[in-house]
Amino acid sequence: MAERERKIARPYGGVFVARTQVLDSSQVGRAMTRIAHEVVERNHGIEDVILIGLQTGGVALADRIAEELKRIENADVAVGSLDVALYRDDIGLRPVLPEAVTNIPGDITDKIVVLVDDVLYTGRTIRAALDALNDFGRPRAVQLAVMVDRGHRELPIRPDYVGKNLPTRRDELVNVTVDGVELGEMFKDHLDEGADQ
Amino acid sequence: MSRTEEATGIDRLANPGDSRVLIVNGDIVDPNDRRRADIAVSGGLVVEVGENLDTEGAEHVIDAAGCVVSTGFVDLRTCVGEPGDEQIETVESAGRGAVLGGFTTVLAMPSTTPTIDNASSVRDMLRLAERSLCRIRPVGAVTKGRNGNELAEMAEMAGLGVTMFCDDEVTIADSGVLRRAMEYAGGIGATLAQHCVDPSLAAGAIMHEGEWSSRLGMQGSPAAAEEIAIVRDLTLARLTGTSLHIQHVSTAGGVEAIRRAKADGLEVTCHVAPYHFTSTDADCASFDPSFRVEPPLRSAADVAAVKAGLADGTIDAIASDHTPRAPEDKEAPFDQAPPGMLGLETTLALAVTELDMSIEQIVEKLSWRPAQIARLGDVHSGVVAAGRVADLVVIDVDHEWTISGAAMASNSRNCPYDGRTVKGRVRHTLVGGKLVVADQQVVG
Amino acid sequence: MSADFGRHLLALNEIGVDGIKEILSMTDRFVEINERPIPKVPALRGKTVCTMFFEDSTRTKLSFEAAAKRLSADTMSMSVSSSSVKKGESVRDTIETIQAMGIDAFVVRHKSSGVPWQIANWVDDHVSILNGGDGWHSHPTQGLLDSYTLCQARDGEAGENPSLDGVHVGLIGDIKHSRVARSDVEAFTALGAKVTLIGPPTLMPPSVVGWSMDGSTVDISHDLDSLLPELDVVALLRIQRERMGQALIPSIGEYVETFGLNRNRMSLVRPDAIITHPGPMNRGVEVSVDVLDGHPGTVVLRQVTNGVAVRMAVLFLLLGSGVVS
Repeated sequence: MAERERKIARPYGGVFVARTQVLDSSQVGRAMTRIAHEVVERNHGIEDVILIGLQTGGVALADRIAEELKRIENADVAVGSLDVALYRDDIGLRPVLPEAVTNIPGDITDKIVVLVDDVLYTGRTIRAALDALNDFGRPRAVQLAVMVDRGHRELPIRPDYVGKNLPTRRDELVNVTVDGVELGEMFKDHLDEGADQ
Repeated sequence: MSRTEEATGIDRLANPGDSRVLIVNGDIVDPNDRRRADIAVSGGLVVEVGENLDTEGAEHVIDAAGCVVSTGFVDLRTCVGEPGDEQIETVESAGRGAVLGGFTTVLAMPSTTPTIDNASSVRDMLRLAERSLCRIRPVGAVTKGRNGNELAEMAEMAGLGVTMFCDDEVTIADSGVLRRAMEYAGGIGATLAQHCVDPSLAAGAIMHEGEWSSRLGMQGSPAAAEEIAIVRDLTLARLTGTSLHIQHVSTAGGVEAIRRAKADGLEVTCHVAPYHFTSTDADCASFDPSFRVEPPLRSAADVAAVKAGLADGTIDAIASDHTPRAPEDKEAPFDQAPPGMLGLETTLALAVTELDMSIEQIVEKLSWRPAQIARLGDVHSGVVAAGRVADLVVIDVDHEWTISGAAMASNSRNCPYDGRTVKGRVRHTLVGGKLVVADQQVVG
Repeated sequence: MSADFGRHLLALNEIGVDGIKEILSMTDRFVEINERPIPKVPALRGKTVCTMFFEDSTRTKLSFEAAAKRLSADTMSMSVSSSSVKKGESVRDTIETIQAMGIDAFVVRHKSSGVPWQIANWVDDHVSILNGGDGWHSHPTQGLLDSYTLCQARDGEAGENPSLDGVHVGLIGDIKHSRVARSDVEAFTALGAKVTLIGPPTLMPPSVVGWSMDGSTVDISHDLDSLLPELDVVALLRIQRERMGQALIPSIGEYVETFGLNRNRMSLVRPDAIITHPGPMNRGVEVSVDVLDGHPGTVVLRQVTNGVAVRMAVLFLLLGSGVVS
């Protein structure tokens, strides 16, 4: 769960207006490929590696990294999804989406879990994800892959794999898809216009 | 069997008004007509009715311009609490509520502790009644302890001035007992009143049986429970050739049965309670226990039938059915709350607001018709004329106000109409020539 | 799809079709959580849920308590046998006293219809009331868990737009005195199912007008055998022996003969039909010993399991995910 979600759900709903495109789709693709190589290198292969995308922005990225890993290592890696809404410290301030499912592939005990998210910001989502993982088992290691690290950490959390370090202001918003990364702002009062900008 | 009310003082207040009071510029409504005239009151009686009466020397001059003046209202069914339930109502608090609502005489139900079912309990009640601002006439029980089996000593009670007998909310189920009671009451010239419900059909009932009882999951009392009891009672009235008063008719079938009986020449009368033309069983969906009444709130079709019965004269009178209940009962679960709601202060307003009837028709059903049913005789004839007892009300028909349970005189608060805006209010009330309500405030 | 929840869950018709669907969709998530090695999330940490059962019940109370605990809420419970209600303390006094200990939600069961509504008027603004069954009137979480179980049996889960379109449910037994029947009818019809109430006339309510939120017809039948082959869902209700004392049925034996799901009648049930029962079952009355065990569509225990997940969804929606004010 990250910035993308805030865009569609009350009370954060509004219209995201992009100011600059930071990465295009091919750059995102290359970043994913690089992260996949780093995962292989760091873990000496992909045995025991499980990718878990965080709902909702990390899920597609985890799938994408899994494809890259398959190409590199010619083996399937387990991919799952995790929704941390019920573990958040700001529960009640964020919406919980019924469609954001949690699907942990098999037992994670003694596995290497790579959490995948779109944007790393305060670190609170990752804190919640670490708590949630505890309820599924005891991994040998947990690593973190993010497409964008935008700074402003509020907890001692550091990513292992980063697509792009992107300095931002707090009032800005980063929008990550497999098609690219945009930096912009959220305008609530543009709701009625509904333009896709 | 003679009546000796003068001797017992049943219709004398402790302190009759001696001062001269003038009511000027009002529209007098009585059984004869409606006319603009002034009324002079002195020594407890109306002393003069005419135009431009001399106001000199009057202690009070009441300007009734724009208002209707009539004889006081007579309530055919009031529970005054005393004796036995002083914490929910006393003769004083009931009396204040009565005169604020325009009732100068109330018929006090015998459902007290102890039951008013013999001469000595009637005497006790008469003594209590002296503390009230309104006239309180005890209704005697028909059977001892309202047990439905043994006749109470009705003749002795009648000797003390009791003119109406009723077992209140307990139907006399045994037809043989009821037949003898009707014959006996007829013999002493008293009115027998019945609460009509078939107890076995209504067993365990909390509300009217129908769509809403089914939705709300409550045991219902079918309209048939009332209709069967009314038809049986009418049949017995025909058999015994005596008169009968049916309390708070609430069903379309009941109204129709009474209509046919009247057409057949039976000497039957009936009254309706305000909530039976104001509310329906759908109101029980609020689960406010104040909406639990007996007979229960009926369907919209029954409400329409009751209104039609009032309009065509099938229903003779409107009675408050004033039933105070303890505050904690208002917070009991709906099915455990005892039935009944307050009524004395809201009856006129609900009638004016809810009924498509003229003020003349409404006053008839609140004043002289119930007086006839209760056999009040000359004490209360409805006629405003010199020499008559000065029990008078001044009604502001168009006055809009908001009902407030907390502002009521009653010691209880079981009024579900709290906050409702209504029309029509008693402005002044005189009982026995004494001004007891002035400008909507008790002054007595 | 996002219904506007108030503070309370008193009856299903107060949350509407959208509210029902939102709860069922959310239930999918909690079903998954209950399958985890550690079936517990910290969503309601610091909240306190108090079950107030003025009428005996074991499974509903346990189910609500399990739901609250799996959301990490603290739970307290009061049952009438251990309380001062028996000593004459009023419901209001009891509620206000316990509320003063710092309660976020009361789960209320009472033998009188409407008590949860009365309590909702008395509690502070931040306190939620969940109806755990009032009189013969309403049992909203049972209606929800029953419809969730039917969605699950048909589609595997409730999904984003739960529906029972085209499903014919026969509710069999004592309809008149059943709060389960009333809430089931509300929930099933809201999801598009056709409902037929089946039982002897003396156990039928005087009217079923208003039982469905959308005004859709609810049929009544006294002939179980001719309907059984048509039913997609055979929903059995409990028969209470006290109804016999009230002379509403001549004998239990006669009821079993005409409406009991015995071995003979089982042959009329479609092989793919789903059979539900809200429990506790009177084996040998509404259902005879062992006929359910052999039927693949029996979901009685699934109902119990889903009950916890549905109640987690309800507690979470009422206490955990409010929109910022």
